[in-house]
Amino acid sequence: MSTKGGEFRFAFRQSIPVLFGYIALGLGYGLYMHNLGFSFIYPTLMALTIYGGSVEFVIANMLIQHFQPLNVLLVTLVVGFRQFFYALSMLKQYRRAGWRKWLLIFGLTDETFVLNYYSTVPKGYDRTQVQLWITLLDWFYWVLGAFLGGFLGSILHLQIEGLDFVMTALFIVLALDQFLKEDSHISSFSGIAITIICLLSFGKTYFLVVTLLLLVLEYYLLTKRRQKGAQK
Amino acid sequence: MTIIQQIISISIAAIANFLTRVFPFLIFDHNKNGSDEISPFIEGLGKFLPPAIMGMLVVYCFRNVNFLSGTHGLPDIIATVITVLIHLWRRNMCLSLLVGTVSYILLVNFIF
Repeated sequence: MSTKGGEFRFAFRQSIPVLFGYIALGLGYGLYMHNLGFSFIYPTLMALTIYGGSVEFVIANMLIQHFQPLNVLLVTLVVGFRQFFYALSMLKQYRRAGWRKWLLIFGLTDETFVLNYYSTVPKGYDRTQVQLWITLLDWFYWVLGAFLGGFLGSILHLQIEGLDFVMTALFIVLALDQFLKEDSHISSFSGIAITIICLLSFGKTYFLVVTLLLLVLEYYLLTKRRQKGAQK
Repeated sequence: MTIIQQIISISIAAIANFLTRVFPFLIFDHNKNGSDEISPFIEGLGKFLPPAIMGMLVVYCFRNVNFLSGTHGLPDIIATVITVLIHLWRRNMCLSLLVGTVSYILLVNFIF
């Protein structure tokens, strides 16, 4: 039985929350660039090539200042730092995906990562194919949102305030599902606690970087302790 | 900034952003001793991190909420509680997202 269409339909259903979230956020981003004085080509092409919401907002702002390529590089690496750990967690799932691997890696945004990492597919479906469709759909939603925001610009007043909460709700629900089925809550609790502490102490720009480094340190110490325990 | 400089800036951002995503695949995809296995530490880290990252992203969504003044983040808190309760009750992701988001939209537009 061919499941080609089935995989696409399944992926589409999984991606619906991101559809609403990315259109809402993408509209906001396109509108933001429009208000900075850019043609719709800019947000559309940046959404297509950079494909990272938080990076694009910062770069949009840097484009209206004087030319500072080194700063662009550093800022992108700092803001995109967390994606390194998404890729690290996806290493095992994606490494054997052949040519599809590169698209899957390119599309590793926050939302696509959480959808794809925890995805379970019906029997007979190719999981990698479902993940690829989810990746491509999410990418498309983001580009579409950015295009619409930039193109319609000030004509558009149908922005619904609060629609972007769908993304927060998506993370809450996925975190809750994960929390309910895991044996040990140490990782979940650490993630929440360390992020709150880092947000309060380091501020909005660097807290994710520090959080992730501390989580790696925590894992290192945990494995060390476990090894010591095993030797005794 | 000239258009060439803008194109250079955007290209740098695009390449750097892709690098953060592709880097683990370039350095950890094989062991030092040449075997095809991922090192146990990296593999373990890849299993340990995702639940923590989920928690991190939830907190990240609230980074712009001001709990000390204005509405004290009440719309966010109420909508979060509603989302969690609905999800614990029905375990239906679509329903939880729909009810949570609609209640947030109603809260910020009509109540606060």
